[in-house]
Amino acid sequence: MIQVEHLEKRYGDSVAVQDLNLTFPEGQLTALLGPSGCGKTTTLRMINRLIEPTGGRILLGGQDTRILKPEALRRSIGYVIQQIGLFPHLSVAQNVATVPDLLGRDRRATAQRVDELLDLVGLDPAVYRGKRPAELSGGQAQRVGVARALAADPPVLLMDEPFGALDPLARDRLQDAFRDIQRRLGKTVVMVTHDIDEALRLGDRVALMRAGRLEQFGTPDDLIHRPASEFVRDFLGEDATLRQLAGRPVSAFVRAGLPSPGAPRVQADLNARSALSVMLREGHDTLEVLRGEELLGHVAWQDLRGEGHA
Amino acid sequence: MTATLPARKRRARLPWGALLWPALLLLCLLPGVLPALINPLNLGEVGAFDPPLWRLTLTHLGLVALSGVVVLALGLPLAVAVTRPGWDAPRQLAETLVGLGQTVPTFAILALAVPALGFGWAPTLLGLIVYGLVPVVSNAVLGLSGVDRGVLDAARGMGMTAWQRLWRVELPLARPVILAGLRTSVVYNVGTATVGAALGAGGLGEPIINGLSQQNTALVLCGALLSALLALTLDAWLGLIERRAGQMS
Ligand SMILES: Nc1ncnc2c1ncn2[C@@H]1O[C@H](COP(=O)(O)OP(=O)(O)O)[C@@H](O)[C@H]1O
Ligand SMILES: [Mg+2]
Repeated sequence: MIQVEHLEKRYGDSVAVQDLNLTFPEGQLTALLGPSGCGKTTTLRMINRLIEPTGGRILLGGQDTRILKPEALRRSIGYVIQQIGLFPHLSVAQNVATVPDLLGRDRRATAQRVDELLDLVGLDPAVYRGKRPAELSGGQAQRVGVARALAADPPVLLMDEPFGALDPLARDRLQDAFRDIQRRLGKTVVMVTHDIDEALRLGDRVALMRAGRLEQFGTPDDLIHRPASEFVRDFLGEDATLRQLAGRPVSAFVRAGLPSPGAPRVQADLNARSALSVMLREGHDTLEVLRGEELLGHVAWQDLRGEGHA
Repeated sequence: MTATLPARKRRARLPWGALLWPALLLLCLLPGVLPALINPLNLGEVGAFDPPLWRLTLTHLGLVALSGVVVLALGLPLAVAVTRPGWDAPRQLAETLVGLGQTVPTFAILALAVPALGFGWAPTLLGLIVYGLVPVVSNAVLGLSGVDRGVLDAARGMGMTAWQRLWRVELPLARPVILAGLRTSVVYNVGTATVGAALGAGGLGEPIINGLSQQNTALVLCGALLSALLALTLDAWLGLIERRAGQMS
C-alpha cells in the first residue's frame, strides 16, 4: 500500500503537483491518468524519490519513504519506463539480474530467477538470455524491462507509460501479458498513462489528474458511470463505455440459463465491444456464449451495461 | 570541439596491420638492415648509429607511452567531472581550454616549457601531454554525454549509486569513443615527439635533426621511416583494443 499525503512539487513559481492525497491499494493496479503535463510522471517519480517532493509525504507499507536512503528505496521498488532503458552493453540475463546484483544476491540463485522471469514474460530463456538488447524488437525489449523490474521480487512496481512506444499489436499483446502477470503476482502497481483505453483496461483503480491535482479516484466503472465532474466525463469521452467493453471478454458478462432461440453464437474470449457489435449486426439482443463446444450461458445487451464480473 | 569518432575506414582495416607493422619495425631495427635499404638511394651515407636505433625507438616509445598514461589519468577524470549534471559551465570552460591547447603551436609550448623545466625529456613530455589531452578529453566528454537518457534513468530508478552508474553504465558505454580518442592522441604524439629531439629528449627525432644539420637526407629518412612504422604499429594495436571494446558494448 502506498499512501500519498498532501504531496506537492514546485519548480520555482510553477506547481507540478499540489496537495495530492491518494492511497494506492495493495495488490492492485492503479492507473495514473490525465492529459499531458498534469503531473503524472512527477507524482510517480516522487514515490521512488527520483524527484524529491517540496511538500507532503509518502508512506510505503506505513513507513515514510524518507527514512531509507534513496538507492535502498529504489532497489525495493520495480521501475519500468517508456524508453525501456535496457543496458545495451549487457546481455538480457545480465540486464534482468541488475537489481539482485546490486543487492549482492547469490549468483546462481539469480541465474535461476532470471530464467523464471523470462519465462513469466513470455520469452524462452534458452533463446533470449544471451541476446543483446539491440537484437530485440520493441515488444521483446519491454518484456525484458518488465522482467528486470520484477527481478528482486519488489512488492511495488512503478511504470511510466510502459507500453507507450510500442506499435499497436505489440502493445495489445504486452498489455494482455502484463495483466496476467499482475493477477498472478498480486503486485501493487502504479502505471502512468495518458491512454484512456489502457487505463480502463488494465486499471483496477484509476486516478485521474488535472493540472497537478487529483480529479477523481475510483474504479473504471466509477469514472464511467459516476464521473465526479464535467472534466472527468469530457476526458473519458462519449465512447468511454465502448472503450471499457473493448478491454473485457464477453465471458465477464455471461449469465447461466437458456438462451433465446436463434441467438447468434460467440466465443467466450471475444471482447465485449465486438459482442455488442455482433448484436447490432445480427439484430438480436441476446448472444449464446460458448467456450469451444461447451455452452457457458447467454448475454443480453442490458448485461453489457452492468459492471460484469471477473 | 574536435572529436574523433571511430571511423568506418579504420574499423574495416584488417588486423594484419597489427602483425605487419611491428614486424617491419623490428626488421628495420636489426643492425645493418636500414643502411642496406637506404644507401642504394644515394641520398647520403648511413653508417652505424650511436646510440643505436633501437635505443632511440625505445626512448621515443617511452615518451609517447608515458604521455599517454598521464593523458588518460588526467583527461578521463576531467571529462567525468565536467559531464556530471549541473556542471555545464565547467564543461564549456574545459572544452575551451583544451581546444586552446591545440591551437598553440607545438614548438611554442616546448619553447615556453624549456625555461621552466630545462632541456631534455621533461618539456617534451609536457608538450605531448598538452597535445594528447585534446582528443582524449573531447572524445570522453562526447562519449559520456552521449549515453542514452533512458538508460541512465533506468539505472538510477533501479537504485544504482552515482559511482555504480559511472562504472557499470557510463564508462562501458563510452569506452569505444574514449579509446578512439586515445588512439588518435597516441598516434599524433608519435609524430609530435620527434620535435623533442631538438630539446635533447632523444628519440627518433635525433636522426632527423642530425640529418637536417648535416644535409644528409638518408638520416632524415631513417628517422621518418621508423617513427611512421611506430605510429602504424600503435595505431593497429590500439585499433584492435578499440574494436574489441566496440564488440563488448
Ligand atoms: N524539471 C522541471 N522543471 C520545471 N518544470 C517541470 C520539470 N519537470 C516537470 N515540470 C513541469 O511539471 C508539470 C508536470 O510534468 P509531468 O509530471 O512530467 O507531466 P505528465 O507526466 O503528466 O505529462 C509540467 O507542466 C512540466 O512542464
Ligand atoms: Mg509523463
